[in-house]
Amino acid sequence: MKARVHVMLKNGVLDPQGEAVRHALGSLGFDGVQGVRQGKVIELDLAEGTTEATVRDMCEKLLANTVIESYSIELG
Amino acid sequence: MKAAVIVFPGSNCDRDLAVAFERAGMDVTMVWHKDTALPEGMDIIGIPGGFSFGDYLRCGAIAANSPICRSVVGHAERGGYVLGICNGFQVLTETGLLPGALMRNANLKFICKSVGLKVETSDSAFTAGYNAGQVLSIPVAHHDGNYNADAELVARLTGEDRIAFTYMDNPNGSVADIAGVLSENRRVLGMMPHPERAVDERHGGTDGSAMFRALMDQLATA
Repeated sequence: MKARVHVMLKNGVLDPQGEAVRHALGSLGFDGVQGVRQGKVIELDLAEGTTEATVRDMCEKLLANTVIESYSIELG
Repeated sequence: MKAAVIVFPGSNCDRDLAVAFERAGMDVTMVWHKDTALPEGMDIIGIPGGFSFGDYLRCGAIAANSPICRSVVGHAERGGYVLGICNGFQVLTETGLLPGALMRNANLKFICKSVGLKVETSDSAFTAGYNAGQVLSIPVAHHDGNYNADAELVARLTGEDRIAFTYMDNPNGSVADIAGVLSENRRVLGMMPHPERAVDERHGGTDGSAMFRALMDQLATA
């Protein structure tokens, strides 16, 4: 089975990389991009039967730094 | 006085830190990250700068979860001293021994230069050799030194006198110009600037020496 973990900086934490991407889009002529947030996607190949609680534990312990990042999990 | 310096794959300031400890008169043991236990009787553990595990996932995240780091956390929880510099500071925030987090520099650039560093407190074994308010010249060399903490944490750190150093001219966007913070018991210090790169005239300055001398004095009398 597969799981996909999305890790994003929490709302309210300034994302300097997202800001740089927003500026670059503006200079390419894409008007009206009001904000860009950059995160990461982590794909996990897991043994059948792995629970969402286990994946959550992985996020809390390693995959996300919950001081500044939030995460969401997609199973299957 | 015994010091251990932890070496991860990708550490690159480990020998500089060992030399700084030795110059102050400490016996230094290098400890490889795969070792699970620290040598007996260590007074202070140094976590050096560099790019442990290639900065994969997040700076310091993999190192913080390595076997030796569990022993470092245990050492700190028993009241032992820990000094984390640059990547070492990132590792200490990732272990939770120090609060906050270090993010990409606000200007997205790798910054490598000497900066004016203000000593905010002399109330720690690390900073007892300085006067509060004194300004040092210490090199920084990092891409992810932008200290992040919410307003509540900054207020707490300020109230508890746990901000050890601030930048005179904030190079990286750190909240409240914070360059280094102390743990609640004041025995764990994490800082982005490199005092171990300012302990010899040939480094271009010796403003870092007083930190290592003070540690030697304070730990000897502790």
